[in-house]
Amino acid sequence: MNINKDLVAASAGPLVLAILAEGDSYGYAIIKRVGELSRGRLRWTDGMLYPVLHRLERLGYVEARWATAESGRRRRYYRITKAGQAHLEAQRQQWQVVDSTLRGLWRERTRAPALG
Amino acid sequence: MTLVTHNDPLEAQITQWRAWLQRRPAIRAEDVEELEGHLRDQVAALVDAGLAADEAFLVAVKRLGNLDAVSREFAREHSERLWKQLVVSAGADDDARKTTRTETLVVVGLAAAAAMAVKFLELFGYAPIGSGKGLFDSGAPYFPNLSFFVLPFLAGYFAWKRRLNRVACVRLALAFASAALVVNAFPFTPAGHTWTLAALHLPIALWLAVGVAYTGGRWRDGRGRMDFVRFSGELFIYYVLMALGGGVLTAFTVGMFAAIGADAEWFATQWLLPCGAMGAVIVGAWLVEAKQSVIENMAPVLTRVFTPLFAAVLLAFLVTMVWTGSGIDVKREVLIGFDLLLALVLGLLLYAVSARDPHTPPDAFDALQFLLVVSALVVDGVALAAIAGRISEFGFSPNRVAALGENLILLVNLAWSAWLYARFLSGRGPFSALERWQTDYLPVYAIWAGFVVLAFPPLFGYV
Repeated sequence: MNINKDLVAASAGPLVLAILAEGDSYGYAIIKRVGELSRGRLRWTDGMLYPVLHRLERLGYVEARWATAESGRRRRYYRITKAGQAHLEAQRQQWQVVDSTLRGLWRERTRAPALG
Repeated sequence: MTLVTHNDPLEAQITQWRAWLQRRPAIRAEDVEELEGHLRDQVAALVDAGLAADEAFLVAVKRLGNLDAVSREFAREHSERLWKQLVVSAGADDDARKTTRTETLVVVGLAAAAAMAVKFLELFGYAPIGSGKGLFDSGAPYFPNLSFFVLPFLAGYFAWKRRLNRVACVRLALAFASAALVVNAFPFTPAGHTWTLAALHLPIALWLAVGVAYTGGRWRDGRGRMDFVRFSGELFIYYVLMALGGGVLTAFTVGMFAAIGADAEWFATQWLLPCGAMGAVIVGAWLVEAKQSVIENMAPVLTRVFTPLFAAVLLAFLVTMVWTGSGIDVKREVLIGFDLLLALVLGLLLYAVSARDPHTPPDAFDALQFLLVVSALVVDGVALAAIAGRISEFGFSPNRVAALGENLILLVNLAWSAWLYARFLSGRGPFSALERWQTDYLPVYAIWAGFVVLAFPPLFGYV
């Protein structure tokens, strides 16, 4: 499925934060996790993830550090901060309002023909 | 699983991809490493899934997305990176950081030493600099010694930075010491003509010593000298900028303390200004050293802006003079005025030369530069004729001879430059000839300045 570009952009921040809330991670693993969770339906251009991570870092929602992985290569690991968790919580509530409103509307519409 | 073997086609592809990424200003080395890590993880996963290495590479690159779009995103997030920043700190590794720290300490120490040197004479009972008649007070030898408060420290900085050998260091120290000895041993008439001339010419002569230290033993090499010319121009610009900042700082210091009824003027004039003026030379030199590869040189940019404007003014002046038929009114200041004009045109020429790629063919700016030089020569020729008449009428004085000498030195340089430029424009000579002429000529200024300092006082009886 092709998801609208604006929607992808708007959801990228909360998605990354939510994944990091599960535990520290790095770019490639975050992309992989998004693919698993959406069963491949939500696909990002991989390169676009990094500017998002850097923006979250600038805003103080995540911290980054370089560490050496088992493979011997250096990787940049990201960790969610307190401020990031608070921001994620606020985002969750906002998304739930949007989600429940849309669900309500769409439930009515699917029920409507049965009534008429 | 190991993908990393040398002479691997995949490695070659990744290296090429990395080089392509590195050329983008918004993407830093650290980001390149992060993206490369991502690419390698992706390739490894695809190879595990059964793809051949080169197929896996293509797919992984495709998934990373259009590099233009990605780098645009990076630029939007890190817009500051498109502005080249002057950060005086070396890269990540410990050695570089240690060198930077040592250099900072050396610079701060030398700047403090220069700032204190200017207060040194007070220990001998002289009035503080900036008090009473101040700098030009003939009672205290500040003016002729001004070079010695700062230039030895500047030369010392470069001697340290370029790891000058001991022989060269001793020679430099001897040059400074003997100059200081001679200038202070001469029985000058207080505030006399030769006293003022010596004080004005000493920095020019000693700037050569700084140049020898700057080039670190490459003084005989034309490119080393040209680097020193570039350095001098940039230092001048940085110094002017710092002086502006210093002026603001001084104004606030005096004003704020005056507001609470305390007098801070003595501090500003006797400490802040003189010490700051000396220390700023060292700090400026350090900044120029740190920035040379980071930020565009300013002097050539200013040259580009002002060459057409000065050429226009000089041509208008010549046309007006011919039109009205009036000669130059030779006053005392006129000679010096025309010296300054020639020096300025020479500066424009020098910095245009310093920034030009000698291998490119002549363009419109070269023609403009030629026009500027020729019109300056004509204007100066007219002035020189008028001045010669005045000298034959009133005889020689130290000021007249000094100004005449400078005029001739600059005239010779510009005349030969015009000749070389004409050859270059007509395709009969290389541009590098002009560059070499300029760098070969540099010691002439210092030698003449040294002559004015050392020979004029005895020649004219220390008047």
